Amino acid sequence: MSMLASQVIKGDIRSIARLISLVENNDSTAIDPMKELHRFTGKAHVIGVTGVMGSGKSSLIYELAKTYRKQKKTVGIIAIDPSSPFSGGALLGDRIRMTDLSTNKGVFIRSMGTRGMLGGLTAAVYDVISILDAAGKDIILVETVGIGQDEIDIAKIADTTLVILVPGLGDSVQMIKAGLMEIADIFIVNKADKPGAEQTVAEIESLLDICEKSVRQTPIIKTSAKKKQGISDLIQEIQNHKEYLKTSKQYEMRKRKRYETELYELIRKRLMNYIYDETKLKDRIDNLIDQITKKKLDPHTAADEILHKILK
Amino acid sequence: MEKKIRVLVAKPGLDGHDRGAKVVCRALRDAGMEVIYTGLHQTAEQIVNTALQEDVDVIGLSLLSGAHMTFFTDISHLMKKKKMTDVLVVGGGIIPEEDVPRLKKIGVNAVFGPGTPVNDIVRYIRENVKE
Repeated sequence: MSMLASQVIKGDIRSIARLISLVENNDSTAIDPMKELHRFTGKAHVIGVTGVMGSGKSSLIYELAKTYRKQKKTVGIIAIDPSSPFSGGALLGDRIRMTDLSTNKGVFIRSMGTRGMLGGLTAAVYDVISILDAAGKDIILVETVGIGQDEIDIAKIADTTLVILVPGLGDSVQMIKAGLMEIADIFIVNKADKPGAEQTVAEIESLLDICEKSVRQTPIIKTSAKKKQGISDLIQEIQNHKEYLKTSKQYEMRKRKRYETELYELIRKRLMNYIYDETKLKDRIDNLIDQITKKKLDPHTAADEILHKILK
Repeated sequence: MEKKIRVLVAKPGLDGHDRGAKVVCRALRDAGMEVIYTGLHQTAEQIVNTALQEDVDVIGLSLLSGAHMTFFTDISHLMKKKKMTDVLVVGGGIIPEEDVPRLKKIGVNAVFGPGTPVNDIVRYIRENVKE
């Protein structure tokens, strides 16, 4: 086994951090260690945390992590913020709400930019989850970017998806449109110390009545990260959901779904890398684009030709 | 492979003024870098642990409190202990000219005082990030 992979399994912080950078940078030297790590994964419970901007995702993750530490569980946190579509740079500020966790030996936090990926995640998130899992983290919390309407990819990779709402968000039709109803395993009404929390709970309840899809009723938990209220209720509900997954065989189905998404994503990425790296192919594509622009060829025929070339 | 420069911008100690640090964060972001901002009141240990987990290429400290000698000494000591020899360390804020040579001696690579054009900082980082 490679030095890097074995150090990651031992939980060496520097090696974990370095391997994450390699997968983030699409560095080919990450592929072998990632292959080796796969059989050491599968023990962590992956919790996705999503919600609109300013709903308190980071603060709530901070409270969850602290409570899990009290239970002697180790925690990995992946905090995703948007990369600028103009410069490619990013300002990653989720750690501001989690300062004193950085000296907690059982917690590893990594901030990531979306780097052009839509859907509220970043392309490397699958590998980063696997790295933290193989490094022995019991709980992995994934914080998506503040979502608007269709950034619901987190549900494909998390074991438990938490959707955070806050009082006064606006009318309930917005929520149906967002697709949030379908992905939530647990609803959280955060900032519940503010007026309007009961009304938000009631609105979610009535919406769930319309579109409830499974035997399990989706719980709604009121929390206040600021006043540290409702955190232990939430942890209990996460545990309940985990047990529900295990007893209803949903667990295997979800894991399969996660690997299905990951594999397709990986094939897509490798294919694009292959096209960009093969200069001959790239030249041919440039040539085809010229022909398409001059109306000598159509994009569909050009795509057929390239696919034939790759498959040969 | 698409390597991005990652920078940690930190405000150590009891100094609540971070307008300058935020301006620098923005400039580095607009130059295509990934900037992790810690927020206020960080300890040396928090800063070094964060830098390690985030695998940054650069640590930038902003101090207006006068405690720069103490903090840079502590941070440089912790970095040596954790074998972080490939990380660039830069400082900014209110740091007297006569302290700069002493800071460089303990391992600070560059100090950017008030009035430094942000482009100078961007250029310095691009040219000096250790491979």
